[in-house]
Amino acid sequence: MNVHVVVGVRLKEGLLDPQGKAVEAALPSLGWTNVSHVRVGKEIEFDVDAPDEAAARAQVTQMAERFLSNPVIETFEILQVGEMISLSRSDERPG
Amino acid sequence: MSEHRPRIGVVTFPGSLDDRDALRAVALMGGEPVSVWHTDRSLAGADAVILPGGFSYGDYLRTGAIARFAPAMESVAAFAEAGGPVLGICNGFQILCEAGLLPGALVRNRGLAFVCRWITVRVEHGPAGPAESSGRLTIGPVGELLSVPIKHGEGRFVASAAELERLEAAGRVAFRYCSPTGEVSDDFNPNGSEASIAGVWNETGNVLGVMPHPEHAVDPDLGPTGGQAILQWLLSAARARVPA
Repeated sequence: MNVHVVVGVRLKEGLLDPQGKAVEAALPSLGWTNVSHVRVGKEIEFDVDAPDEAAARAQVTQMAERFLSNPVIETFEILQVGEMISLSRSDERPG
Repeated sequence: MSEHRPRIGVVTFPGSLDDRDALRAVALMGGEPVSVWHTDRSLAGADAVILPGGFSYGDYLRTGAIARFAPAMESVAAFAEAGGPVLGICNGFQILCEAGLLPGALVRNRGLAFVCRWITVRVEHGPAGPAESSGRLTIGPVGELLSVPIKHGEGRFVASAAELERLEAAGRVAFRYCSPTGEVSDDFNPNGSEASIAGVWNETGNVLGVMPHPEHAVDPDLGPTGGQAILQWLLSAARARVPA
């Protein structure tokens, strides 16, 4: 079965995030003056062909530990494991 | 007796930029440059290896994260494990960290700018390791100042507090960014690296990662030659491995 997965990757707490700082510094010029502690992370989304969701989750955990995140600087979280139409598939739909 | 010309392999990944300068610098320093393609499993009989600067695989996911799984990197890891001298420059340093051959990681600069300029680094420690191994060859007198260029957006060296302590205690900080007179301070830290670290050794002193570019600083006709000492270490370490 094709299991849809979303993995979130963030910079470790306490590690300076210049990207977040830049976003934060730009917000007041748009009128949002009440926003602080901006951090920018990333989301990685894909499908895994696995026997079941538990198997997919086990594999994705290994993928995230070994490759999708770097434990020296980042933490990861599996945000979603389950069937749904992936973005890539909807991208491929003829317009 | 003429000095042996060691073979220095320079690995080219998709997106490497400084491989040609590295090959040229090796030749200028008296080595025999050998190109290694990222899909090669053989290091072409190299006595030492350079992972050059650039933006391998577009820096996608994380700098060095994808290059580290290239077929050539399996050979580089085995070569390093066996005591082979390896120099990672800029993106090469990032790849070595991702591969776990060096500690820490290199993340986005503290400021918002890509920094591209000549800076000064201070030699902190030569390679550690057993006295009889190539590891004892020093890079230059400790405290020597080298003028070298940097050009990176992600050169801020970070590691856990415990790791930093280990590095300092073991004398594995190779270089620190400093003022033209050798003063290490935040004002002369171009990217926000922890403890102004510009380069580190592995435990056995045969793998060195540096953010500055020694290969751009070897030809006296083109400017300062602070890179010579760094490449000289690699060539000497390579020669030491060649049976006489």
